[in-house]
Amino acid sequence: MSVEVLRARAKIISTIRNFFVERGVLEVETPLLSPATVTDPHILSIPAIWKNQTFYLQTSPEFAMKRLLAAGSGSIFQICKAFRQDETAQYHHHEFTMLEWYRIGFDHHDLMNEMDELLQRVLNCEPAERMTYADIFEKYTGLNPHFASKEQFVARARQLVEFSGELSDINDWLDLLFTHCIEPKMQHDRPIFVYDYPISQAALAKIRYETPKVASRFEVYFKGIELANGFHELQNSAEQRKRFEADLAYRKLHQLPEVPIDEDFLKALSNLPDCSGVALGLDRLIMLKLNAKTLADCSNQ
Amino acid sequence: MRILMGVEMAFFSTNEIRNGMKVMIDNDPCLILSNEYVKPGKGQAFNRIKYRNLKNGRTVERTYKSGDSLEGADIADVEAQYLYNDGSHWHFMVKETFEQFAMDPDHVADAGLWMKEQSDCMLTLWNGSPLAVIPPNFVVLKIVETDPGVRGDTSGGGGKPAKLETGAVVRVPLFVQQGELIKVDTRNGEYVSRAKE
Repeated sequence: MSVEVLRARAKIISTIRNFFVERGVLEVETPLLSPATVTDPHILSIPAIWKNQTFYLQTSPEFAMKRLLAAGSGSIFQICKAFRQDETAQYHHHEFTMLEWYRIGFDHHDLMNEMDELLQRVLNCEPAERMTYADIFEKYTGLNPHFASKEQFVARARQLVEFSGELSDINDWLDLLFTHCIEPKMQHDRPIFVYDYPISQAALAKIRYETPKVASRFEVYFKGIELANGFHELQNSAEQRKRFEADLAYRKLHQLPEVPIDEDFLKALSNLPDCSGVALGLDRLIMLKLNAKTLADCSNQ
Repeated sequence: MRILMGVEMAFFSTNEIRNGMKVMIDNDPCLILSNEYVKPGKGQAFNRIKYRNLKNGRTVERTYKSGDSLEGADIADVEAQYLYNDGSHWHFMVKETFEQFAMDPDHVADAGLWMKEQSDCMLTLWNGSPLAVIPPNFVVLKIVETDPGVRGDTSGGGGKPAKLETGAVVRVPLFVQQGELIKVDTRNGEYVSRAKE
């Protein structure tokens, strides 16, 4: 990495800090190591041993930040390292820098508005385009993601993607279709916000019991690259526990590492104020700003 | 039929697959051209693998679930010599073992344009049988037919077609004459320079 890239990084990070200071959002720091971790079947933590006890390097500061919110911190942001068992690739690294922030009283549309302002400030880009998950999915696959059956997703994926192999879960087929038939089409000159996800992909988002039921989740894409993921945050710890348990069942079925559920987080969740939060891959943002081709060109690796 | 005794090919996970590796896909030996890791933040990881089928030369892209594995292909490039063409087959000899192989013209393909008898080349062997011929990057061949150029023209601009002793036709500068030897880059079929025996 060159000195120019170091300077560009520092400048972008200072722009981001100013953005949040102007809005009265408090900067926080939370622990990188925790005795519990995320259950997401496709986000695998890197363990670290201390005094014979297994800890996990955080995959994002989400749980720790939500505990601060539950304790009354008000709106907060954090720029920190996150770690995942990912391959080293063009847009992936096992250690990366994340910007995560939470806004009290915001729903996911309010947070998308703020994300839009931040991206325009940092990237000098056009205002973002917004599409529901259902609209963009239907546009490129011809299937409604909320109503189509697993068999229909499988058949369409086999038709549209040269794919060798089997997937057991309906979400994995949705991911195959999304990454192969939709992401490559998102080469617009402005960011795209995709929102209102299928409830099977709710993760830590609220579900709205409308017709169809949708998860108040959004993702940010720019030039075909996934930049950020946000939620109107679920405040119901019983429901969150059910989702964690479903994740652990998937992990067991697929012989993925079993991890302890973060009980402190679940306890705090009942006291979480109504808020929305989002995590943004800062190295990818800097990569886009610098027109770099790979993460390695612009992260401090 | 060739029986592999006690030979077990290794399996490679998608995260071990690198450019240049040779693997079996749909029972054909294939050369890996690229391997792209595709993973949504919260979703299933995939590998989009681009490869060339070494039997039919076609380039294909296919997606695998990350962690799936591919069988390595028993492929080796060996130094060989082109011996002769009997009208229906091309005959080669592996230098180290003196083992001889006959190949049909379809498998020799364009490599045949650059080889005369006794020419050095590489043979790609799959499970011990020849799959492809790779000529040297540069060969020296005689021009057997070309229009007379304008005397004194050494600019090299323009150029003209010239037929070589192997049947290949390349574009040469106007000053190059019939009967002369030239050096040709076999990877793009372009004239490099005049040559001496």
